[in-house]
Amino acid sequence: MESKLNLNPRLIDSARSAAKNIAEDVQNFIDKNTTVAVERTVARLMGVDGVDEIDKPLPNVLIDAIKEGGGLSRGAAFWIGNAMVNTGKTPQEIAEMVSSGEIEITKLPIADENKIMEAVYETARQTVERIKNNRAKRDEYLNTLGEGRRPYLYVIVATGNIYEDVLQAQAAAKQGADIIAVIRTTAQSLLDYVPYGPTTEGFGGTYATQENFRIMRKALDEVSVELGRYIRLCNYCSGLCMPEIAAMGALERLDVMLNDALYGILFRDINMQRTLVDQFFSRIINGFAGIIINTGEDNYLTTADAYEEAHTVLASQFINEQFALKAGIPEEQMGLGHAFEMNPMLENGFLYELAQAQMAREIFPKAPLKYMPPTKYMTGNIFRGHLQDAMFNFISIWTHQGIQLLGMPTEAIHTPHLHDRMLSIENAQYIFNNARDIGNDIEFKKDGIIQKRAQEVLAKAEELLKEIEREGIFSTIEKGKFGGVKRSFTGGKGLEGVVEKDEKYFNPFIDLMLGGAR
Amino acid sequence: MMENIQKVDLTKIKPYGDTLNDGMVQMSFTLPVPYGDEANEAAKQLAEKMGFDDPAVVFSKDLGVGYTYFILYGKCTHTVDYTSIEVPKVDMEFMDREEVEEYIKKYIKRDVVIVGACTGTDAHTVGIDAIMNMKGFDGNYGLERYKGINAINMGSQVPNEELIAKAIEVKADAILVSQVVTQKDVHITNLTQLVEMVEAEGIRDKIILVCGGPRIDHELAQELGYDAGFGRGSYANHVATFVVKQIVERNLI
Repeated sequence: MESKLNLNPRLIDSARSAAKNIAEDVQNFIDKNTTVAVERTVARLMGVDGVDEIDKPLPNVLIDAIKEGGGLSRGAAFWIGNAMVNTGKTPQEIAEMVSSGEIEITKLPIADENKIMEAVYETARQTVERIKNNRAKRDEYLNTLGEGRRPYLYVIVATGNIYEDVLQAQAAAKQGADIIAVIRTTAQSLLDYVPYGPTTEGFGGTYATQENFRIMRKALDEVSVELGRYIRLCNYCSGLCMPEIAAMGALERLDVMLNDALYGILFRDINMQRTLVDQFFSRIINGFAGIIINTGEDNYLTTADAYEEAHTVLASQFINEQFALKAGIPEEQMGLGHAFEMNPMLENGFLYELAQAQMAREIFPKAPLKYMPPTKYMTGNIFRGHLQDAMFNFISIWTHQGIQLLGMPTEAIHTPHLHDRMLSIENAQYIFNNARDIGNDIEFKKDGIIQKRAQEVLAKAEELLKEIEREGIFSTIEKGKFGGVKRSFTGGKGLEGVVEKDEKYFNPFIDLMLGGAR
Repeated sequence: MMENIQKVDLTKIKPYGDTLNDGMVQMSFTLPVPYGDEANEAAKQLAEKMGFDDPAVVFSKDLGVGYTYFILYGKCTHTVDYTSIEVPKVDMEFMDREEVEEYIKKYIKRDVVIVGACTGTDAHTVGIDAIMNMKGFDGNYGLERYKGINAINMGSQVPNEELIAKAIEVKADAILVSQVVTQKDVHITNLTQLVEMVEAEGIRDKIILVCGGPRIDHELAQELGYDAGFGRGSYANHVATFVVKQIVERNLI
C-alpha cells in the first residue's frame, strides 16, 4: 500500500525494532515465571471443571492444593500427570479427590517421568484437537455462510442475564451486527477465579463463564444459519483470570477476545508481573484458537488527552504487536485498538482523527484494527452524540478499519437499549454504504494538516519507544508514561499468585500450541 | 400583531413545539410486539394513556425479534406550576481555581487534603479523573493542579473500607466518591454503605462527604447523608469551592 501520509519508513522500522527489544526484554522475565492463573488454565485444558460444595471452582481447589504443597514451581501438569499415573484416574476425578481430601496431590509417590509425560501429553493432545476442531468449524461456517463486510459491526450486550443477552444479541445480529460482545459484570476482572454455570445476575454486564459462552455461541450459531452470515462472539480476556478465559473461549469457539498486554496493569491495578506472565499464555491460546484479539489502547484516551497523547496509543500498538508475535498470534488476528476520542469542539479535530486512523492503517496493514467510538465527550445530548458517531463511522470506512465498535447515542446515560443498538447499526450501515470507496479515491495534500499530524505522531511514538527500550517497560509504567497511570513493580493485585518456575517446569500447551503442532 | 401572542402562564406550563401551549412532545420507545398496523395502534393507545392528545406514530421499525421501535409525537395534556418549584442544590457562587487557591491561603492556611475514588465494583474512572487529575476535563484543570490542595485519586474498584482507611491515614478534609454504574441501583447501596461506615468510625462530623456521577444530584446526595452531590456538567472548581467553604463554615480548619 502506498503511503498517503508520506510516512518515513525508516521511522516505522526504528519504532518497530525498539518495540521488539522491549518485548524481548520482558519475555525473559515471562519465561522464568508462572502464575496460579496459568496453572489453573493448564488444569482446565486437561479437563478439570466444576465447583465444590461452596462453589469454589475445582481448578482453584486443585492449584491451591499444589501451591500449598509447595509444588507450583514444577507446574500443574506434572502433578496432575503424576496423579494420573498413580491412580489411573482422569484429571477431573483427581481434582474431585483433592477436593474431598481423598488424596494430597503433592504427597503421592513420584512416578516414572516418561509415564507422566505420556499421560499428560495424551490428555493435552485431546484438548488441542478439540480446539483445532472448533477452529475448523468456524472456518466451515465462514466458507459456507460467509460473513459481513469490513469494518465488522461490533455491538455489546450487557443485561447481566445471559438469557436476556441472547435475545438482545439475536436482535442485534438481525439488525446487521457482525460481532456481539457480552460485557462482563464490573467486578469480574478482579476475581481470582472464574464463576461456574449459567448466570442471571450481574452489574453492568454478565459473568463470563464457560456455560454462558456455550449458551451464547449456540444462540449465535442459530441466528448465523438463519441469516446466512457468521456472527462472531466476543468476550473479555483480561483481569486476574486472563488465560483461563482464553481457554474457555477456545473450548467454546469464541471468535474475538479483548486481550491487552498492559490494560490490567494500568486500568485495573493488577500487578504488572502477574499480568505480563498471564497475557503471554492467554495469547498463545487465542492465537492457536484463531481468535482475533482486541487490544485496549482506546482506554488510554479516557484518562489522557486524545490529541496530546496520541503517540502513546501508537507506541502501545507497536508493543502489543510484538507481544502478540511472541505468543504466535498472526497479524491477521491482531485487532490493535485506537479510538475517536478527541474533544469534538477542537478545530480540525476530524482531520487529526483521520490522520491517526490512516496512520494506524498504514503502519499495521494486515491487522483488523479495532476502532472505538467517542465516549468521553458524549454528553447525554443523544442527537449530537448520534452525529459524533457518524463522524467516527465516516473515518472508519475512509481508512479501512477492521472492527467498528459502534458508538451509541445514549453513551454516558445507560447500557444500550434494544433500539439504541438499531439506531447505531443503521447509522454505520448508511455511512459505510454511502461512502464505501472514498478511501480509494481521495488522497491527502502533501504537507497538509493531515500528513503533518501523522508524521508528528509517528515521530513522537518512535522517540517514546526508544526511551522505553532504554529504560525497560516496568520502569516506564512506574513513571506513568502510559495513560498517565503510575503502577509499581510490586504493587497492585495478584502478585502473590506469581511463582518462579524451577528447571523441570513444563506446560504441555505452550509446546503444543506454540510449537510444531500448529 | 404582538398583542395576539399569548403570554406564558407560569402556574400552568406545558411543552412548546412551535406555538405556546401546543404541548408537543417527541418520544421514542420499543414495544415487545411484531411490526405492523397493530403495533402502531398499540403505541398510539399507550401514548394516549400517558396523557398525550392526538398521538401520531411518525416512524416505526421492525427490530427483528418480534419487537417494534416507534418515534411518536403527542400533545401533552398536563401542566405544572413553575412558580411553586423548589430544587435543593449546592447554592453558592463558585470560585475559579485562582480564587480557590487564594481562599485557602487566606482562610485555611494549610493544605487541604482530598481523597477520591470510584468505589465498590465501579471501574469507570472518567468522572473522578475529570475532577481530580491534573489534566481535568474540557479545559478545567483538576484538583491535583490546585496549589494548596493535596488531591489523592485512588482510582477504580476501591472498597469503601480502603477509602476510609486512606482518609483517616492522610487526615483527609474531604472524601469524593464517584459512581458511574447505576444499573440495578448498585450506586445507592454503595453510597449508603460508605456513609454508614464513616459514621461507625465516628468521623462523620470531621469530614466533608461529596459524591458525584452522571446520575447523581444534590438532592439524592443529601438524602443519602452526603454534604453535597455533583452531577453532569460539574468541574473541579465547583467541588473545590464547596469543600473549602465547608471547611471554613464548619470550622474544620
